Amino acid sequence: MTLGYNTLVVLAGCALLGLAAGTVGAFALLRGRALLADAVGHAALPGVVLAALIVAAFGADPRALPPLLAGAAVAGIAGVLAVQALARTRRIREDAAIAIVLSSFYAAGVALLSYVQTLPAAAQAGLSKFILGQAAAMRAEDAFWAGAVAALALAACLLLFQRLRATCFDPDHARVLGLSTQRTDIALLGLIVTVTVAGLQAVGLILIVALLVLPAATARLLTFRLPRLLLISAATGALCGMAGAAASALDPDLPTGAAVVLAGAGCFSLALLLAPERGLLAAGLRRARRRLAAAEEHFLRAAWEAQEAAGAGPGTAGDRWTPIAALAAARGWREGRAWRLARWLAFRDLVALSERQVHLTPRGAAAARRAVRAHRAVEHHLLALGAADTAGADRLADLVEHGLSPEAASRLLPEPSTLPASPHALGGKA
Amino acid sequence: MSAAAPPPLEIRGLTVAYGERPVLWDVTWAAPQGLTAIVGPNGAGKSTLIKAALGLIPALSGEARFFGRPLDEARMRVGYLPQRASVDWDFPATALDVVCMARYPRMNWWGRVPRRERDAAAAALAEVGLSDLAGRQIGRLSGGQQQRVFLARALAQDADLYLMDEPFAAVDAATEQAIVAVLRRIAASGRNVVAVHHDLSTVPDYFAHVLLLNGRAVAAGPVAEAFTPTNIAAAYGGRLNLLEHASVAPA
Amino acid sequence: MSAVDFLRLDLPALLAAVLACGTAGLLGAFLVLRRESLLGDALSHAVLPGIIVGFALTGARAGLPMLIGALAAAMAATLLITLVRRAARIESGAATGAVFTTFFALGLVLMEVTGARSVDLDLDCVLFGQLETLVWLDATGWGSLLDPAALAGLPRQLHLLAGVAVAVGLLVTLLWRPLQILCFDPDYAAALGYPARRLELALNMAVAAAAVAAFEAVGSILVVAMLVCPAAALRLLTDDYRLQVLGSAAAGAAIGVAGYLLAGPLPAALGGTVALNAAGVIGTLGGVAVACAALLRALRRGTPRDAVAAPGA
Repeated sequence: MTLGYNTLVVLAGCALLGLAAGTVGAFALLRGRALLADAVGHAALPGVVLAALIVAAFGADPRALPPLLAGAAVAGIAGVLAVQALARTRRIREDAAIAIVLSSFYAAGVALLSYVQTLPAAAQAGLSKFILGQAAAMRAEDAFWAGAVAALALAACLLLFQRLRATCFDPDHARVLGLSTQRTDIALLGLIVTVTVAGLQAVGLILIVALLVLPAATARLLTFRLPRLLLISAATGALCGMAGAAASALDPDLPTGAAVVLAGAGCFSLALLLAPERGLLAAGLRRARRRLAAAEEHFLRAAWEAQEAAGAGPGTAGDRWTPIAALAAARGWREGRAWRLARWLAFRDLVALSERQVHLTPRGAAAARRAVRAHRAVEHHLLALGAADTAGADRLADLVEHGLSPEAASRLLPEPSTLPASPHALGGKA
Repeated sequence: MSAAAPPPLEIRGLTVAYGERPVLWDVTWAAPQGLTAIVGPNGAGKSTLIKAALGLIPALSGEARFFGRPLDEARMRVGYLPQRASVDWDFPATALDVVCMARYPRMNWWGRVPRRERDAAAAALAEVGLSDLAGRQIGRLSGGQQQRVFLARALAQDADLYLMDEPFAAVDAATEQAIVAVLRRIAASGRNVVAVHHDLSTVPDYFAHVLLLNGRAVAAGPVAEAFTPTNIAAAYGGRLNLLEHASVAPA
Repeated sequence: MSAVDFLRLDLPALLAAVLACGTAGLLGAFLVLRRESLLGDALSHAVLPGIIVGFALTGARAGLPMLIGALAAAMAATLLITLVRRAARIESGAATGAVFTTFFALGLVLMEVTGARSVDLDLDCVLFGQLETLVWLDATGWGSLLDPAALAGLPRQLHLLAGVAVAVGLLVTLLWRPLQILCFDPDYAAALGYPARRLELALNMAVAAAAVAAFEAVGSILVVAMLVCPAAALRLLTDDYRLQVLGSAAAGAAIGVAGYLLAGPLPAALGGTVALNAAGVIGTLGGVAVACAALLRALRRGTPRDAVAAPGA
């Protein structure tokens, strides 16, 4: 592929478009308006076709972008108004209104398009490209127009930043401050229409909504802070826009919209899996780690209490080995699970392992003592409050003792330094 | 009732968490015969207790038995009155349609509603004093009337135990009196009610038994014995701050 | 126009319009009542990759593989929407939009990659439908309607449409009451012991099946119009559940017939020369129907409303 002037301009235009869509999309998502872009996009089709018809009737070049975009904007605004009018009946909720408007406006566009195709004139030229987008077919001047509209939206977004932030983050507070959320909402709708219209030729009207939703949703996964969210969203949007343009340049038959969306979906999936806090992988690891830590503590405590029940203690003369089977019985575990845990704890040098018997190492004994203290602290606390009987206290303590700091345990116990006796008999679970 | 009869509702070791935040802690409690109120501060898990007992939300541990049986075997004997406002009030259904739904488990899944079942539904609607409005779309009823329709729906189930989630929430005085009259009739006919209740001042008037709940069962028993200032303070005042900050370890 | 012309050219398309729009209207009633209209939008887009894969694997435009592929894609899409909503904690509308656009884009790319597009399944069919291309060449006269050999020559899209229509009709009839409770109060349905989750799944799968069957006749996007518009129009006009559900199906079928006739045959009969895309006209009529219903409702409300008691009174 040679990067001709035309290709470069189209790439730049699509990047700018993605930048604007990512920014506007972030606010739209926060305000719960993202799907309105779907209605606007689909509603634009009859506008584009009518505009082409009118332009052709005046004998001008029907491929010139500005009149088509103007037609799209008018139809898009009509679509938004129709959604709002339907939602005002209150019988039809906004989601149904969006579905109605996008499908019936689009249908009208399809019917008009079939009429245009019967005309001899070149009025139909390239109109169907607006449906799925074809960046490769854009001329430099088209890209210029699209980029200019996108830049306009971006500039407006930055100008209105404070108002948008107040309205999208905390509408009630904004109202208290005397900001008119209604007017900001209208501005936001205007921005959505502008960006959608700007993206029609490059991304296509069916999938343009994804350019607003996917980058913003990606950013949501990665950060909670608004400035950073906007930055990530805008950058992701620009990336998607460029990816779409590049894919289209490589294979002009490929619908650009599809490439844009798949690039966005790739970013979103990566974030969904790998985001440091909210990602699925991180959440899974967190849970597995907590589960393992809880099981470790339960095992160590069982080992300690087995010694205690035999009247001995780690490091005392009666110190002895405990069969893993006995520990499994005390915890109500299957033996295989206890055995795996024992091997893991032996690997961590917390227990010594010999012939299916375990023995707490000095480090293990210290950890076990902490666990026993935490468990009994919670048990005694619950019993002192009369919150539970001994069996209930034991069960509850199993749930909450993990992560209880030694300091917190000390506060719950009457005598901080000692290890209190268990309130219930030690040994097998009922 | 013989002393050996199993309690209408028995909960054993019920622990429920939303995500990692525990809401109910190892609650063990048996509802006695008659009218019982569940009271406790906001977030104490009152609705959660009822929903978990009915299997509408999953429990971490524990079980609920109705008349000594698991829910699936006792479903026809248990009526449910959900909290208000969870339905679409614009739904195309009249008051009678809504009450009829309670009889659906007794009918085929298709076909006309049998006369007998329709009459039973109409009788339940009459019991809450709404016969005149049977044909009105539910969105065109007042808030109190809507609540009474849902009460009638619970009644139409002809259950032996009614679980009611805030039956008195946001109703007018007339509706409140109508609901109380219905409760008394239920009790007089030897049936049972367990209701989440938020108005402490009316507990002694309306109910015979009480469960004070705050994450755990604080106290339970006849109103005269269990509904004491000390117990109320224990339920509403000092929370176990340890438990409040704890999170559940995954099992 | 002669009887043979009608049977050959118009009857298949009319039948397809009635079946597709009637089925979609019927299912749409439940979508609108459950306040999940966007799911119809989502499912009708999301089935595309499944259709393409089903097509690519068998190499033919056979009904069953495409249907199975589409159902699998629809199931995957609903699961993903739930996952995305929970994990990313974004509102369900945005989660829906993120997932179905991705599926649709995937379908478009698959179409390009597998070569499905060039053979038989062209993009125009997805975007505009091809109601007009359905013809019944075996028809020789009214007698053909009773001739099994001639009937077997009906376009195969009609077989699929009829099969799905019958299945959906049976589903709705047999599950009439459980579906009603599910739509009105899912929690209560579960408390009564109805399998609420499985009923929801059955409804969603039915929507996906209807979307596939209608896909070839009216196109992917116009299915949405037929799912939502008739039901929404009835929603504005009636407070009767039975009328709402059955009326949506009837309104859908009527709009299908009217749209097809307005697009070509009627202007032609009047001596006109313009023929419009039938699916486009049908979808437009759907929107017009909703607009008329809204106007009617506004007019009715202009007259004194029946007493609505103030809340809490």
